[in-house]
Amino acid sequence: MSGELAEIIALSLRVTGLALLISSLIGIPLGAIAGLKRFIGRRLLMALLYTGMGFPPVVIGLFVYLLLSRNGWLSFMPADVLPKLFTPSAMVLAQTIISLPLVAGFTAAAVLGVDPSLRLQVRALGASESQAAWAVLNEARMGVLVAVIAGFGSIISEVGAVMMVGGNIAGHTRLLTTAIVLETSKGNFDLALALGGVLLGLSFLANLAMLALQGKSLDE
Amino acid sequence: MKTNGLLVSLFLVALLLAACGPAAPTETARLILATTTSTENSGLLAYLLPQFETQYNAIVEVIAVGTGQALQLGEDGNADVLLVHARDLEDAFMAGGHGLRREDVMYNDFVILGPANDPAGVADVATATEAFALISSSASPFISRGDDSGTHVKELEVWAAAGLQPAGDWYVSAGQGMGAVLTMADELTAYTLSDRSTYLARTLEGTDLQILFEGDPTLFNPYGVIAVNPGKNEAINSELANQFIDWLISVPTQELIASFGVEQFSQPLFIPDSEAWRNR
Repeated sequence: MSGELAEIIALSLRVTGLALLISSLIGIPLGAIAGLKRFIGRRLLMALLYTGMGFPPVVIGLFVYLLLSRNGWLSFMPADVLPKLFTPSAMVLAQTIISLPLVAGFTAAAVLGVDPSLRLQVRALGASESQAAWAVLNEARMGVLVAVIAGFGSIISEVGAVMMVGGNIAGHTRLLTTAIVLETSKGNFDLALALGGVLLGLSFLANLAMLALQGKSLDE
Repeated sequence: MKTNGLLVSLFLVALLLAACGPAAPTETARLILATTTSTENSGLLAYLLPQFETQYNAIVEVIAVGTGQALQLGEDGNADVLLVHARDLEDAFMAGGHGLRREDVMYNDFVILGPANDPAGVADVATATEAFALISSSASPFISRGDDSGTHVKELEVWAAAGLQPAGDWYVSAGQGMGAVLTMADELTAYTLSDRSTYLARTLEGTDLQILFEGDPTLFNPYGVIAVNPGKNEAINSELANQFIDWLISVPTQELIASFGVEQFSQPLFIPDSEAWRNR
């Protein structure tokens, strides 16, 4: 089990890490734009982001499943362009969609919470618009970090979507959460509980690591 | 006036609670039945249980899980009665003193499913072990339940009988229920072993999977019903569990089992097999 366990942990971290990276690269700029810029449809975008934050992951799993299925919505596309069902890439896609609204929504909220006069002052000192945006984002960095942590928490612990699109295949798409479901269904409650402990510990360590990035702000 | 409304609703809630209390004249008994997903998914329980519930003024709470988990629920004293299919595990359960009584109920059978073009050529062989050997030697994709369920146990028995240790990219251990594995096998155009009833139910929703091999007696799947030992805790309803077993193996109920699914699939999903039925 220990070799298998290491494999499951590594895959869980790889899938969630990759999904979080993608959703942060898209979600932080998107949230910053939604929080800073005035444009038509801004209110709608915010409403969509906040709705997405509460979207049931299992429905996103179903959606990704239907997208990628052999007879699915995108079956007209060449097969090698899309991630295949029951592969880690399919799980990364589902987790990215789940975490993106959380990262973007919390980033937008954090940016909105920064005193508007900061931007005016920076602009008055001769900063360009993007430099001013960067200053605001920097001021809101604690909130942005919380956005990333919320995204992480939503997907490291998620089970329905990855079960559906990953398939819980031993040595291929089995994650900590789906392994817990499997061991529980086998009646191996002790092993399931131990896996739950590993998941909790991993989540704690990952959050510690992310907070370390902001150590200075916390100690101030 | 607002306070009055609140008082009235509090009074109504109190009345409701009193009505549910132990003073109620005819109390409905509750029976917790731990069973496998196949009996629940096939619709058999929804077909049978209402009759028992009216006859005995009882409510049967069904926990549909894998056979392994169902037996564990019994061992932990969290269920009153078990309806499962893994004979060796059932015998071990009885030998361990966890059950009071075990009876044969019925059987259904397993079928080997696969894509219509049958790349491994399993449709032309005589035994299940030969079919598995062909799947293995052609390295055709095969989806295993991989969840210690009765179906998984049966699959492993067939591999062992064929003298094979399945491993490699073609052998996919899904660790999920029968429904999810059928979906996966359909999606990946792979072979799999399924109980007939879950497969037939799936054909109503549409699937490309076909029955390629059936009828080998090693693929029979007998179900047993077990009353959990009431010595485990006070909550176990042993009397009702016994009544349930007597009812389930009685000839009239067995006739119900024999007629289940015939209208829809023009073949029965489960074959009755209790002692009373065999001696009728």
